[in-house]
Amino acid sequence: MENRSDFVSLRDVSKYFGSVRAVDGVSLDIAQGEFFALLGPSGCGKTTLLRILGGFEASNSGSVHIDGANLTDEPANLRPVNMVFQNYAIFPHLNVRQNIGYGLRQEGLSAAEMSQRIDEALATVKLEGYGDRGSTELSGGQRQRVALARALVKHPKVLLLDEPLSALDKNLRELMRVELRALQQKVGITFIFVTHDQEEALSMADRIAVMSDGKVRQVDTPEHLYEAPATREVAAFIGSMNFLDGSVEGAANGMVTVNAGPLGKLQVKPSGDGAPAAGEAVTIGIRPEKLTLLDKAPASGDNVIKGRLTAASYLGERNHFFVSVEGVDAPISVASQNSSPVDHKGWIEGSEVWLTWKPEGARLLLS
Amino acid sequence: MKTRAKSGIGIRGLTIYGILYLVFLYVPVLFLPLFSFNDSIHISFPLKGFTVKWYEHMFANAELLDAFVNSLKVAGSVSVISTVLGVMAARAFTRYRFRGQRPALGLLALPLVVPGIILGIALLIMSKWAGFQLSLITIAAAHVLIATPFATFVMISRLEGFDPNLEEASRDLGESGWTTFWRVTFPLALPGIVASLLLTFIESFDEFILAFFLSGDEATMPLYIWSQLRFPRNLPVVLALGACILAASIILVAFAEWVRRQGVSPTPKSENQ
Ligand SMILES: Nc1ncnc2c1ncn2[C@@H]1O[C@H](COP(=O)(O)OP(=O)(O)OP(=O)(O)O)[C@@H](O)[C@H]1O
Ligand SMILES: [Mg+2]
Repeated sequence: MENRSDFVSLRDVSKYFGSVRAVDGVSLDIAQGEFFALLGPSGCGKTTLLRILGGFEASNSGSVHIDGANLTDEPANLRPVNMVFQNYAIFPHLNVRQNIGYGLRQEGLSAAEMSQRIDEALATVKLEGYGDRGSTELSGGQRQRVALARALVKHPKVLLLDEPLSALDKNLRELMRVELRALQQKVGITFIFVTHDQEEALSMADRIAVMSDGKVRQVDTPEHLYEAPATREVAAFIGSMNFLDGSVEGAANGMVTVNAGPLGKLQVKPSGDGAPAAGEAVTIGIRPEKLTLLDKAPASGDNVIKGRLTAASYLGERNHFFVSVEGVDAPISVASQNSSPVDHKGWIEGSEVWLTWKPEGARLLLS
Repeated sequence: MKTRAKSGIGIRGLTIYGILYLVFLYVPVLFLPLFSFNDSIHISFPLKGFTVKWYEHMFANAELLDAFVNSLKVAGSVSVISTVLGVMAARAFTRYRFRGQRPALGLLALPLVVPGIILGIALLIMSKWAGFQLSLITIAAAHVLIATPFATFVMISRLEGFDPNLEEASRDLGESGWTTFWRVTFPLALPGIVASLLLTFIESFDEFILAFFLSGDEATMPLYIWSQLRFPRNLPVVLALGACILAASIILVAFAEWVRRQGVSPTPKSENQ
């Protein structure tokens, strides 16, 4: 079967709470079997968007289609969609089996079929033997598995997860990233999960929608989002990035020359098609690890910045430096991998240093 | 050593105070059962001898039994009506945010602090004005007025500790609003509901002032007792009756409190069969 790329389709969905635009004109297509992340800072509308998909919140405008069916006005209990709540919402008066079997009652199964489905779900989340546990006798990780099993046992077309790992402690959280991803690959169900943790999104998702202020700013694979952020805002949210402001001077040989004031003239590849017009204000974005720190001026080449080392810190697997340039407010952040044991004390704070980078390491961002 | 002795005295002092307090509080009440078994019409020491005849008289008294049945009817309907209203009000107060929520809660609590005699007069005037026949129904209506705030506060305290996501999870798993109420909300609220039924029952059963103003020709238990106080001969029977009510109230309140504190009840075995 061909996986359709608009298995879940949102068109121009908006939701207002009074004057707050919690979700503002969101359109998204999510493919069948995809592990999709909604990533954004607190209050950007991720939960609201997920609740619109689940049918818990009615949108003010726009439409929601799943597998071709228009579900915009369908109530939550009739949608082929299930949700794992942030606090898991395990029914405290039911044991593990009863929790998992809760949603099977309307499916008209025989007792044996129901029991088999519950056993399968228990096995899927590796909770065999826990069926008769009271739901108040579970650890956080076990509660999460029960919540997952309770949703998966319904064989939903889409599983919604609201910050599924945020209630777990750090070690378990990192373990569960891998497990949740493996589980999704195994069951093949479309997962849409909400997180404000970029590392979580990068490590788990096939594609990520970055949201802010109720809008989707960019939808892309983790690699593309990191390497080719579309805007300064997205770039700042995913990892860290140095922003060098300037204006376009001209374009030649597929490279754009940017006059970056005190930083001199810098060469950068245009992103997307077409170079920006001369005089246009632009920003060059460079990730700290794309910069190379030198203790003397390089023999030749463009894209060299001279500055003063203001801070050097040894962080185990990498070194981190700040370099300030006269006339530029924000110090430039540089990271270098400690691939061979070097004495970082060789870098004396206050000394003159030079920074350089490969042209493809920088991004041209339109302001 | 010295400080220890000193604090020992302090503790002893507090213990004596505590005992005196309890004596003051409960000994008068304990006179009821004591004299109800005393073989004399006079309520005075020394005690004359043990008897259960006042209890026999009590059970033989048709008027008293009528009053008892009347009180059961009134208190039974009051507890059900006020608890249903309380559950609905508490759900509204805990699940939704609406304009005027806090003033509404305050107004709801008002009957608890308005003196009974004022409420009684006001309701009597209103009943006359509206042309209601005074009867057990007007008594019950007045009792619903004062029992509903009770029921609402008991239910609010139960529902506040209750995760609203549970109801959404139930909807998510395919249950409608109504079945969600029966499969999730009701079982989790049950200890509160039972406590509310018992407390409002007692509240109505014991209530005198409103019943006094609003009764027609049928008496409730407190009215009957009051009417008997004019006849010293009947006093021991009243004491026997009082002793019974006291015992029943203590048991009901203790049970209500115990139920209310029950967290999650054990899982029903019939689920998922
Ligand atoms: N029921 C509601 N009533 C009023 N405003 C709401 C309601 N739910 C959400 N909002 C507002 O909508 C905006 C988006 O909220 P939402 O919960 O979707 O954010 P979020 O991205 O999930 O944030 P977080 O990471 O903190 O969970 C916020 O400004 C929030 O205050
Ligand atoms: Mg949220």
